[in-house]
Amino acid sequence: MKITKEEVEYVAHLARLEFHAGETEKFTSQLNGILLYMEMLNQIDTTGVEPMTHAIAQKNAFRDDVVGESLMNEAALANAPDGRGDFFRVPKVIE
Amino acid sequence: MEYEPVIGLEVHAHLLTNAKIFCRCSTKFGAAPNSHTCPICLGMPGVLPVLNKKVVEYAVKMGLATNCRINDRSVFARKNYFYPDLPKGYQISQYAEPLAEHGRIEIETGDGKKIIGITRIHMEEDAGKLLHDERNPSSYVDLNRTGIPLIEIVSEPDMRSAEEAAAYLKRLHEILVYLEICDGNMEEGSFRCDANVSLRPKGRAAFGIRAELKNMNSFRNVQRAVEYEIERQRHVLDGGGKVIQETRLWDDGQGVTLSMRGKEEAHDYRYFPDPDLVPVEIGKDWIAEIEKTQPELPQEKRERFIREYQISSYDAGVLTASRALADYFEEAARQAGKPKIAANWIMGDILKFLNEDKRSVKDCPILPADLAALIRLIDDGTISGKMAKEIIDVMYKTGKKPGAVIEEKGMVQITDESALAKTITGIIEANPAQVEQYRSGKEKVFGFFVGQVMKATQGKANPKLINDLLKKMLSGS
Repeated sequence: MKITKEEVEYVAHLARLEFHAGETEKFTSQLNGILLYMEMLNQIDTTGVEPMTHAIAQKNAFRDDVVGESLMNEAALANAPDGRGDFFRVPKVIE
Repeated sequence: MEYEPVIGLEVHAHLLTNAKIFCRCSTKFGAAPNSHTCPICLGMPGVLPVLNKKVVEYAVKMGLATNCRINDRSVFARKNYFYPDLPKGYQISQYAEPLAEHGRIEIETGDGKKIIGITRIHMEEDAGKLLHDERNPSSYVDLNRTGIPLIEIVSEPDMRSAEEAAAYLKRLHEILVYLEICDGNMEEGSFRCDANVSLRPKGRAAFGIRAELKNMNSFRNVQRAVEYEIERQRHVLDGGGKVIQETRLWDDGQGVTLSMRGKEEAHDYRYFPDPDLVPVEIGKDWIAEIEKTQPELPQEKRERFIREYQISSYDAGVLTASRALADYFEEAARQAGKPKIAANWIMGDILKFLNEDKRSVKDCPILPADLAALIRLIDDGTISGKMAKEIIDVMYKTGKKPGAVIEEKGMVQITDESALAKTITGIIEANPAQVEQYRSGKEKVFGFFVGQVMKATQGKANPKLINDLLKKMLSGS
């Protein structure tokens, strides 16, 4: 076992996912399969190899400190499910 | 039991760039809601953030000013959590490889000087702003602030009192403002502070359980909140209770910290390197280039002022409160050739005027050269100190040069000895009784004569000259 049902529930909660009955067990077993498969990589000796976080060996990609055009307010809110005036409206997050 | 407070601060400072950290939207405060947004800072799928170079430069400046080691390589990471002010579902920050580490600054309190360690300084993006509806169960989101560059400065848990925490915060604030990388405005949220506070029995090495304090938007509130929290925890511990690790909000109105109980999820940010951004590598050449642009820092300036101008430590503190004021003083002192006197006029009069009008020294109608001219006029005896008080008032109100004010008011001091002697002779002749008293040893009467001369000359006579002449003439020679 690489991952327990409780861990799956915890990760699902952090990701704000809700599962139907039986799904937690199903995903736990599927995730275990994936993680066990990935486990094969641990058989390789990586002593002295830097962890890679990018596929390209780039560094220092910068932009200059110059202001460009922003979206118009209507465009910014165009995809919002609940735009109100100039704002995005969401359920209240504080009492 | 006697407890020792342990305090560490986390400071977030907005960097004064024109554009946001990863996109080209403006960072200007006060625009219409959501008008400074674009697909990048709105967190649309498929966009690519690119780092604003100025952010790195400014962050390095702060790192150097706080004696940090600037890391050769630093990496951006995603801090994952859900909140409506964060459209992507993660904040781009730095985690395992921050920009700068292992710094320190010196603070001074009533107990003397102390070094406070800086754990790290890293770059990150700010989140948006939420407005909460009073009547409806809604919050409104403005994402203009999303993506404004921040540096987070984390201190070591080196502070032992609220006073030390406030002193540390003020020192950081003045360094940031001196570097001109942050406007330091606490009300607008350009300079924010969270405090971690715990108590431990005095003499014990291990830390107690800490509470994190938020929502303190002034130096005074930070000090009050930390003081309150120390007392609260002392009370809990003395009563046999346990301090809970939690976030507490400072309530300014009630003067207490309140638990955010129940509203907070367990923090598990699942940081990982952001694949959209490549590592930042800062070579020695770049650091050397930035070092050349570093201004004299407040502490160095204070020490130099004390040394160079022979002014008190208190005066040096007042005069270096801002770079503009320090420059003003130095210019006036240089032109007048009398630093101590220039300091007195600035602290006694000019700052009073400016404070009354809530005006910055940059907008002072009296230029350093004008103040220097006024000081020289006192020095060469053209006017008395008393006249100068009146003149500086008019200079401030009208922006006129001291020469022009003197001319308008006909205020030139009488320094002509023979003219003054004539006046004194008249006064001596008119007051034979007092002369007799003086000559018989009642020296107190001397003040009476000074008053008479001042009156006769409408205060225009040089006081030193009056004294000298009166003494000579009263003694009967």
